[in-house]
Amino acid sequence: MQLFHCPFCGARDETEFHFGGEAGNLRPDGADAPADRWANYLYMRDNPKGAVREVWVHMNCGEFFVMERDSVSHQVLSSTSLDGAGHAQ
Amino acid sequence: MTATRLSSGGSAIDRSRPVSFSFDGRKLQGFEGDTIASALLASDVAVVGRSFKYHRPRGIWGAGVEEPNALVDISGSVATTPNTRATTEFVLEGMIAKSVNASPNAAADRNAFIDRFSRFIPAAFYYKTFMWPDWHLFEPRIRAVAGLGEVDTGWQSSGPADQINRHCDVLVVGAGPAGLAAAKLAAGAGQSVILVDGQREPGGSLNHRTGEIDGKPDAAWVAETIAELSAAGHIVLPSTTAFGIYDHNLVGLNQRHVDGRPDTLWRVRPRRIVLATGAIERPLPFANNDLPGIMSADAALIYLRRFAVLVGRRIIVATNNDSAYEVAGALAEAGADVTLVDSRKDGAPAAPEGVSRMAGRLVAAARGKVRVEGAVLDDGTVLEADCVAVSGGWTPTIHLFCQARGKLVWSEAQAAFLPGDPVEGMAVVGAAAGAVSLSGVFEGAAKAMPGATTSPAPRSTGVEATGGILAAWPIPGARGRVWIDYQNDVTAKDVELAARENFISVEHLKRYTTLGMATDQGKTSNLAGLALMGAATGRTVPEVGTTTYRPPFTPVPLASFAGARGGELMSPVRRLPLENVHRAQGAVFQEYGGWLRPAHYGGADADRAIQDEARRARQSVALFDGSTLGKIEVMGPKAAEFVDFIYYNTMSTLKPGRCRYGFMLSENGVVFDDGILVRLDEHRFVVSCSSSHVAAVHARLEEWRQDRFGRDAVYIHNATSEMATLTVSGPNAKNLLVALNLGLSLDDTDLPHMAIGEGMFETEPVRVARVSFTGDRSYEVSIRADRAERLWARMHEAGKAFDAVTIGLEALMILRAEKGYIVIGKDTDGTTLPHDLGVDGPRAKRKSEYVGRRSLFTEVAMPDSRQQLVGLAVARGEEPLATGAHGISREGGKLRSQGFVTSSYHSPTLARPVALGLIERGAARHGETIDIQHLGMVRRATITGPCAFDPSGERLNA
Ligand SMILES: [Zn+2]
Repeated sequence: MQLFHCPFCGARDETEFHFGGEAGNLRPDGADAPADRWANYLYMRDNPKGAVREVWVHMNCGEFFVMERDSVSHQVLSSTSLDGAGHAQ
Repeated sequence: MTATRLSSGGSAIDRSRPVSFSFDGRKLQGFEGDTIASALLASDVAVVGRSFKYHRPRGIWGAGVEEPNALVDISGSVATTPNTRATTEFVLEGMIAKSVNASPNAAADRNAFIDRFSRFIPAAFYYKTFMWPDWHLFEPRIRAVAGLGEVDTGWQSSGPADQINRHCDVLVVGAGPAGLAAAKLAAGAGQSVILVDGQREPGGSLNHRTGEIDGKPDAAWVAETIAELSAAGHIVLPSTTAFGIYDHNLVGLNQRHVDGRPDTLWRVRPRRIVLATGAIERPLPFANNDLPGIMSADAALIYLRRFAVLVGRRIIVATNNDSAYEVAGALAEAGADVTLVDSRKDGAPAAPEGVSRMAGRLVAAARGKVRVEGAVLDDGTVLEADCVAVSGGWTPTIHLFCQARGKLVWSEAQAAFLPGDPVEGMAVVGAAAGAVSLSGVFEGAAKAMPGATTSPAPRSTGVEATGGILAAWPIPGARGRVWIDYQNDVTAKDVELAARENFISVEHLKRYTTLGMATDQGKTSNLAGLALMGAATGRTVPEVGTTTYRPPFTPVPLASFAGARGGELMSPVRRLPLENVHRAQGAVFQEYGGWLRPAHYGGADADRAIQDEARRARQSVALFDGSTLGKIEVMGPKAAEFVDFIYYNTMSTLKPGRCRYGFMLSENGVVFDDGILVRLDEHRFVVSCSSSHVAAVHARLEEWRQDRFGRDAVYIHNATSEMATLTVSGPNAKNLLVALNLGLSLDDTDLPHMAIGEGMFETEPVRVARVSFTGDRSYEVSIRADRAERLWARMHEAGKAFDAVTIGLEALMILRAEKGYIVIGKDTDGTTLPHDLGVDGPRAKRKSEYVGRRSLFTEVAMPDSRQQLVGLAVARGEEPLATGAHGISREGGKLRSQGFVTSSYHSPTLARPVALGLIERGAARHGETIDIQHLGMVRRATITGPCAFDPSGERLNA
């Protein structure tokens, strides 16, 4: 059971969190966005081995944040709040 | 074997408290403090079980968690538990113990004949033989003959298991000399300590091996150290096994209780873990080494010193290392005739007093039928014996270290895998780290606690143990049947067969032969199996490697993991504020999307009650508890822009005080939720989403808020459970509401359809929304949840004049289906786009961005051939169509599904069935007939518009 760090609440058990997707998955706005870009946004994931940047939400307080962690060692490197303008980059 | 209880001694038993229990129907006596195993040995019960595959008679091997043979099912005065180890279970008055895999009992097993055919059933025999025509034909009978204990499916726990979460500075696993020293040092340095040990009494090897610490007898030192730790407020948990280490050093502990309570699960997050888990003695590889009466030498010493049980009269102690010398000496001193057979010619300690020794000799085979009667040595010497105590060396208990991804290194000198590079936040000490002497143990403990310099480490002041060993591994091609894994009946020949058939990877070896896969997880057997595989394939033991260590170290009851999450708490339902009132009104409850809600109010004849409620609702007026509807407030300077983005429909044009129906889409364009949006004022909206979607919609709103809009721009508050919503619907709805005197104008110009008004019920503000899910004039009255009971009562009082009917969710489902109003997830599926439901306006006209927009213009979103929402009519007098039945066509003689029925009911008002469905090109096919197939029956229906009742909508304002 991993310990994740909610920027609002601090270290909490992983069961309190939900995965929100890979960070930096930018949304192409517009009805005329190229189909391949929209498909990438919807479906294509990198799923890298090692260092990853991901969006997570702490279900207890509702905080969405970007977590950097290692997908092999499960070491958690950082947690940063979304600021609303960043589109989880 | 003629094992006996000695007339004195036994540090673990209380002779003043005899205990009666039964084993395989035989009444036996033990003492308080006896394990089942020690009590059986004291009564000279040699055969305690039958082996898994060959039904070989088996006796007690060990005295702890590693026990492969002595599994028993227990019941009677104790919690019914299958496959528990007789060596760790204490006898209690009235306990009923039963051997496993034996019928009628272990001593006389009717399947014992199987062993005579053993050479025809090697590893993987079942898979190879029963492949054709189908393994499943044979499986039930094979399973009945193979296997271990029986689960009592009728047994109920006395209550839920406790679960406790703790933090501490240092968790010490194992309260032997190493663990006690580490705990003492950590406590002395001011750190908070949790010390756990699987045994009922802490002390580990100090409880039966001789030693002197800081000038005191070891037992006194143990008692003193435990007392010190407890007095200083540290947590000492005996009878507690650390069964697993999980991510970020979470340790799972399972604590047993002597009073029969369910076990307690601890989740401990220490800053530092000290593993002082000791080592487990290995068997020696010789033919028939599984006969009852052949046991671990260390266990023989434990039975002697802890339980005053002398395990035999004529005992062979067979060893390849120094540790058995103390055993041989003690057994001789207790009166046994002891012969020590040491495989080493040179380098062994002096023979203990009263023990005759044969150096440089090996046991080649054990003799005996159902229990050991002697042994043949490698030089042909025959020795008579009623017990063979063996020591094949020691395997450090490094399971937890490996679970934490620690890597092992092979020590040729110690013939063992030892922990390699340290794991962060973890130290391994004592015998688990390969230490042998007490001095070595304490040195290691001091090194593992680097900050703890305030108090000195304990010192060994007695005779020190030595660790000389000459590896004794099974040899390929040896004669006779040499058992490697007692519990899963794996012999040396099985391992050699795996090598010949190229299952040489350690993971393949395990799965092919089942080596180490039994309930003991190969604690006594794995290393011998690896060594033999190495010898058979020309590799060293480290080249063969070890299998992956996984939790749990010992079996943990599922009840411990479940804790309180059973019954209603398994998946708790949400409850209405007025639940008790509904119950008093005779409501029958069902779960709908996580909510417990009234299905109807009609008692036993559900269908009739539901039809009656739906019919009367159209005649005069209906009362309905709609409190589960979502009430999520969206506020802030960008609230209007936000709801425009969230909804498919344009919402920013909504005027304050008005409502609008709309869809929320997922980014893949699929309709995710539908509902009413209320605009309270310029910057404040209420999202009234579906009851079962509140949590998901709330999370979605938060995600877009925090990711795209910013925390200062929009604020979201889920007020769903703060308010109850009581709905009044029907031709007399307005009249009933007038009678409630809510202090607001109900005039249709002041409160038209899709408008809201603020009023007062008695002293409480209420919000009245004129929205409808029935197609009749309706008012949803929302009030503080804790004031709802009064309002509900007043509605019923006022309703008497109008023959008002209270309706449950089932009647509401009929009413909305008559109108063609959809339920998302029932009348839609994971492919339904908004234009499939006939709502194409925003897609065609909207210029601003919204969730899911781009997905409405993909190749799959465009064709007219998509499944679209329709009504499906059948003739008056027919049964309703089956929900889920397929609309079919025949193309080239083949059936093809064109869609399916999503909702279907009998309408009491229309006196005929009504149904909704998703049918290909359905919107353009009104008036066509279609075949509907269900369970092989084909019926005919007419495709219509979704709305079957009051299509012009006059009743909304009637
Ligand atoms: Zn939080």
